[in-house]
Parts: sequence; structure tokens; C-alpha cells
Amino acid sequence: MAVGVDADKKIKVQRSVGMILKEVFGPLLQILIYILICTVSLSLFVVLVALLLRGSREDIDLLQSTLIILPQVIVDGLVRGFLFATIALGYTMVYGVLEFINFAHGEIFMVGAFVVAGFAVGLASLGWLEGFPPLLFVLFAVLLGMAVSGLLAMATERLAYRPVRGAPRLVALISAIGASLFLQDFMRMIALATGLGFNVRVQTPDFGDPLQIAEIPIVGERLAVVSIDSRALIFIVSATIMLIGLNYLVNVTKLGKAIRAVAQDRPTASLMGINVNRIIALTFLIGGALGGAAGVLFGIRFGTINPYIGFLPGLKAFTAAVLGGIGNITGAMVGGIVLGFLEAFVASYLSLFTEGAFAGANYADIAAFSILIFILIFRPSGLLGEATTQKV
Amino acid sequence: MARTDTQPSNPEGFLNMLRAEAGRGMIPYLLVTAYALIVTTLLLIDPATSLRTDILFVLFLGVMLTLYKVPLAAGYKLVMAIALLGIAMPYFGTLNPFYMDVATQVGMFVVLALGLNIVVGMAGLLDLGYVAFYAVGAYLWAIFSTDQAANIIPRLADSFPLAPEWFFIFLFLGLIVGGFTGVLLGLPVLRLRGDYLAIVTLGFGEVIRVLATNLDRPVNITNGAQGIKSIGRPPLFFEPWVQALGVPLDRSQLYQLYFYFLVLVVVVVMIVVVYRLNNSRIGRAWASIREDETAAIAMGVPLVRMKLLAFAVGASFAGTMGVIFASKQLFINPPTFDLIRSINILAMVILGGMGSIPGAVLGATLVTLLNLQLLPRVARELSVLDVPSWLDPTQYQRMLFGMLLILMTVFRPEGLLPEDRRRQELHGQDESAMPDTLLESEQQQADVTEPDVDIQT
Repeated sequence: MAVGVDADKKIKVQRSVGMILKEVFGPLLQILIYILICTVSLSLFVVLVALLLRGSREDIDLLQSTLIILPQVIVDGLVRGFLFATIALGYTMVYGVLEFINFAHGEIFMVGAFVVAGFAVGLASLGWLEGFPPLLFVLFAVLLGMAVSGLLAMATERLAYRPVRGAPRLVALISAIGASLFLQDFMRMIALATGLGFNVRVQTPDFGDPLQIAEIPIVGERLAVVSIDSRALIFIVSATIMLIGLNYLVNVTKLGKAIRAVAQDRPTASLMGINVNRIIALTFLIGGALGGAAGVLFGIRFGTINPYIGFLPGLKAFTAAVLGGIGNITGAMVGGIVLGFLEAFVASYLSLFTEGAFAGANYADIAAFSILIFILIFRPSGLLGEATTQKV
Repeated sequence: MARTDTQPSNPEGFLNMLRAEAGRGMIPYLLVTAYALIVTTLLLIDPATSLRTDILFVLFLGVMLTLYKVPLAAGYKLVMAIALLGIAMPYFGTLNPFYMDVATQVGMFVVLALGLNIVVGMAGLLDLGYVAFYAVGAYLWAIFSTDQAANIIPRLADSFPLAPEWFFIFLFLGLIVGGFTGVLLGLPVLRLRGDYLAIVTLGFGEVIRVLATNLDRPVNITNGAQGIKSIGRPPLFFEPWVQALGVPLDRSQLYQLYFYFLVLVVVVVMIVVVYRLNNSRIGRAWASIREDETAAIAMGVPLVRMKLLAFAVGASFAGTMGVIFASKQLFINPPTFDLIRSINILAMVILGGMGSIPGAVLGATLVTLLNLQLLPRVARELSVLDVPSWLDPTQYQRMLFGMLLILMTVFRPEGLLPEDRRRQELHGQDESAMPDTLLESEQQQADVTEPDVDIQT
């Protein structure tokens, strides 16, 4: 008998190790595949367009300019992609559990960005900012941002969403819009009262020069320098680590199992002894923490923030969540990556190909919304739609 | 009810007694007339802008609410309303143009709130980009009444800007173009569920604003972020008559009166239209879609057509108002039509009560007064107290409306002047699904509430 139990345990452990690896790194593999698909197909597309339009421009060689900025655009796409992916996770988890669009999630993200700004100001006032090790700075700021944003998301849920949980859908959504507006101005009030100001420049320790990865010679003497800003690199690496952590949390731990159970069937989960209210609050905490971390990384990467920056990334992250299939965690990551790449390409190449007639940066927003509308019309279940039965 | 009657002399009983006493025979007429007369006289004695006039102005508008709430003969109500809004208000407005402007803006927002009320309240489609249709109407008139149109149609460049008489044609064009834009947006998004629809309309609102900001290249259509200046005004066709009567009013005052009456007429027309729509086959179809789409289809309601109609009617209201707005303001630019204005209008509808026509009117009035009078007034009073500038309440519209939306949805989701059907529905829900049964799935709750709805409808 004793031997049998031992063997049972062994099998269990072995299985779970294999499963853990599969559950934790499987989604990452999927993301990697999508990154490759996006990179290759979009690059081919712009090169093709450049070849077609080559004759129409006299002043510059279109193909050459296309190729020169291409590596930078890909890096930009990666950064945007991971940004949207991290924010989209918050939307998708809450949607999975409550079937409710947490409209205030963009603001949770914004608060994260302000946390790092405040953190930096605090360090600077102590005179420690200059010599602070950059990686440690990022680590502390991210942890602080996660804590603040996560707790804020939990508080929002408790005060604005839980009281209307039984009400019709529209009512809950309106309450969420109210929470979003409230948080925007609340943050602004704090920023103005503490002397940070409306437009805040995020101070950081010196991150060093951009890392040069390679120099690729293109026609003639010009070189395409493939470099990556160290902040962008930090962004991508931290986001990847967080995604791994989330995969572990949701797919392997007991808490993750409870979350999935609540997402699948709330009444039954409560009959199985799961405290549904607690799990929902924890879902908001996790989603909010991820959003806050994204905000911190955004603040470090882009430098200037204001209380209204959460709106557009929030909307686009929601688009990403829908693109990947809302309620599906891997889907949110994949959707974020795809959307980020599309946006980066539109932002960089639209004005190049139309001779500056359409400013790409502005039309990138329109491109994102058009994608949302098309996805909702033609494939409402999203890219990874067949997997939507497995919510969260 | 019988139980409360047996309890002796509680304040509510006394109030009821008073109410019964005051509601007998001629007394209510006398009371209301006296109230209206006192307020109007006080208002006209000293029309200078001050806290006292602010309060009196609110009380003056309160007469309209009283007229609506107190059961009086319809003829009397009509006469009073015409006397107050048609004579007293314009006269007061010539004495103090600020309040005239406030009244006109209240009217404009009443129309917008009525339009959004059709989409959100009656048909149950949450539209967060409503201001986009307003922008379409405003830009339509702005482009064609200035030189801007010459950039679009160079062949007819000589005929622009259009003559002021075209304004009336553009009122209808705004109606049509607004409705058309509504259908255009509605067609793709109609298949979406409620919350997706909200996000898509939100995106659409942003797209329109981004387009307005960026369509100065390659062809200058909207003049970009600078906006369009010196927009055309309608012809003052009654100017000779007024002068013949010997009324000493200058042109700006005449324009103010003109826009006031124009908006008043539009408000009255819109209220009649919405009221008739709501009590028609179409209104019932909207209500059935709002309550249960599947059941509505089963009952033979043409879902797509009805949803499109709701979108189109709501949007066409906004389109017409946009034309009036552009010509009243003389200047528009993209930030005029940002998200916060859509939210403003939504707050009006929620505050008054979704689906309720008097509610939309009340909500629009309250929110506009809050924006134009209360907040600046509080700011002015606070500035005396040496409060730091970051606490200026006019800067915190978002916070205020955010709080308003949360508080209303949590504590009074049916609104201040609720529609009967919705009030009963929400109360039914309160009783059947107590707060401690939050774990109940939505499906179960739907099952509990459905029978209630059926009984009422």
C-alpha cells in the first residue's frame, strides 16, 4: 500500500512538472509565433508596397528609406505590443470572471505611471536618484506601482462595481465609466496638489546609450543601424517575466484554479466552497497590478505623462483583448502583440508612402479602431476564438 | 397603505393632509400662479448677475417642473408655459444676456439629451460617441457657410460661402446627414452586444474627432486643429418688424432672441416627436428590444430595422442641433466635440432617468445649470476664501460627473423622474434579488425578473 501511495505521488509530481512547463511556457511560444508572423508578413508587405511605389518618388529612394527604418519599427511594434498585452490582461481577466468591461482599467494603468513619477521625485528629493542602480529602480518602481494600482482596482471594484453587480449590464458599464472619469480627475487633483503638475516628466537614473545590435549595410554607403533603447529592452523583458508569472499563477496554483472555476460558473464555484467575492476582488487585484506595472514601464519608457494618458492605451488594450478573444488570457497577449505591430507599421509607414499627406501617428488610432470594428463584425470570437470556452 | 394610515400624526401624514388640502378646487391654480408671479417679478426687478439672481433663475425653471408635477388642467399649464418661456424669459433675457445664453444652452442640451435618450433609454443601446453626430452637423454648416467649402468643390468656389438663407435648408440637411451617419455607424455594429456597442461608438466618437483634427491635409476640409471661424448666421428676417415696433434692441440681442426662440421651437417639436414615437408601435418595439432581444425577435419585431431607426432618429436630433450650435457659437474646433461632452449628455440621461422624456429634460437642465452656473459660482465664492488654484471646481467636471454616474447607478438607477416601466422593473428586482444573493448568476436573475416585466407590459 505504502509503495502504491509513493508511486502515486511520484506520478503526480512528474505530471505536474511537465504540465507546469507546458502551461507556463506554451502561451509564450504562441506569442513568439505571432511575433514572427507579424514581423515577417508586415515587413514583406511594406517592402512590396515600397517596390510598387518606387517609381513615383524622385526625391528619395523609397525602398531604401523603408528598409532603413524597418528594424526600428519592429522594435517599436514589440514595445507597443507588450504594452497593450499587459494592459489587455486586466480587461480580459475581469471580463472572464464577471463578463463586464472594466472601463476604469486605463486609469489604473495611468496611476501606475504616476507612481513611478512620484517615486522618482521622492528619490530625487533624497538625492539618491542619480546614483541609483537602474535595474533596482525599475524593480522597486514596478513593485510599488503594482501594489498601488492593484489595491486601487480592488477599491474600485468594492465601491463602484460590487453594488451594481446584480443590475442590468448597462448600469454596471455606466458605473465603470463614472469610475474612470473620477479616477482621471482624482489623479489630476493629487498631481496638482503635490506640485507634480499636469504634465509630468518622469525622472529616471541614467539607463545608458541604446544598445547596438547590428549594422546592416543597405544599397550604397548607408547603414541600417539596428539598435534598441535600453528602456525598451527593459520594457520587453519585464513584460515577458510578468506574463510568465501570470501564466504560472492562473494555470498552476490553487488560486488560479479558483479563478478559472469562478469564470466558468459562478454559482457552482461557490457551491464548491470558493469565496466568489474574494476571488473576484483578487482578480481585480491581479489585473490592476499588471496594469500598474505596465503604467510604470510606460512612464519609464516614454518619459512624459499626464492624468489623461490612460484613455487611449486603455481603449486599444481593450481592442487587443477583443482581437485575441476576450476572456482568454493567451488571446489578450497575442491580440496585444498583433495590434502593437499593426499600429507601429501604420504610424511609421503611412506618411512615408503618402508623401506626408496623412500624418501616420494620428491615423494609427483610427487604424486601431477600424481593426476593432472589423474584428467585432467578422470574427467576434477573436483570433484565438476556438479557445474561448476556456475562459480566463 | 392601510397600515400607515392607522399610525397617528407622523410628519408624512401631516404632509399628505396638507397636500390633499392644497390640491382641492382652485387652490393649486392660485398657488402655482402666485409662485410663478413672485419669482418672475423678483427676477425682473433686479436682473443683474448675482447669487440671488442665480437662485431665482433656478426657481423660475422650477416653475416648469411644478407645472409638470402638479395635476392641473392642460390648458392652464399650456398658457403658463407660453407666458413664462415665451414672454417672461425673453424679456428677462434682454435685460441680462447671460441668463438668456444659459437658457439657450439648456434648450440645446435638452434636445441632445432627448436624442440620446432615444438610443440609450428607449432602445437600450449604449452610445458613448453621441457627440460625433453633433460634430457632423456642426461641421456641415461650418464648412458650407465659410470659404472652407471652396477647397472641397473648387469648381463652385464662387458660390461659397453660402447665403444666410441656406441655414434653414441646412437645418434639414443636418437632420438627414446626422441620421445617415447614424445608420452608417449602426449598420456594422448592430450585431454587437450592448457593451461592445458602447466601446465601438466610443471609438467612433474619437475617430470623428481625430478626423476633424487631421483633415486639413491633403485637402483642407476642416481646417484642422485651428477650427473654423466666422461661421454664417441665419438671416434676421424679422429685424424690420422689430424696428417698426420701435423696440430698442441691437443686432446681438436680436440674434440671442432669435436663437432662443429657434431652440425653443426645436425643443417643443422634439418633445412632441419623441412622445409620439415612444407611444407608438416603434416605441414599444424599442422597449421590447431593450428588455429582451430574443423575445422581441420571437414576437416579430424587426430587430435590425428598429435598432437602425433608433440610431438614426437620435443622430438626426444631434445633427440638427449641431447646425444651430455652429451658427450660434460662430466658431468650432475639434476639442469642442471630445468625449467629455458625450459623457455630459449621458449623465443628463442617467440623472433624469433612462427612457423618461421629462427625465431627459430635467437632467439636461440640471447638468447644464451645474456646468454654467453652479461650478463657476462656487469657484468665485471660493476664490474669496484664498483656496489654492488646484482646487478650482470648474476644473473638476470629470470628477463630478464620474461621481454622479456612480452614485446614480448605485443608489437610484431609475433616475430622478423615472419612466414608469423602468421604475417598476427596478423595484421588482430589488425585492426579488436581495443584495446577499449576489452570487446568483445573471441567468437566474433574468429568470426572476422576466415575469414581472411581462405583467407590466
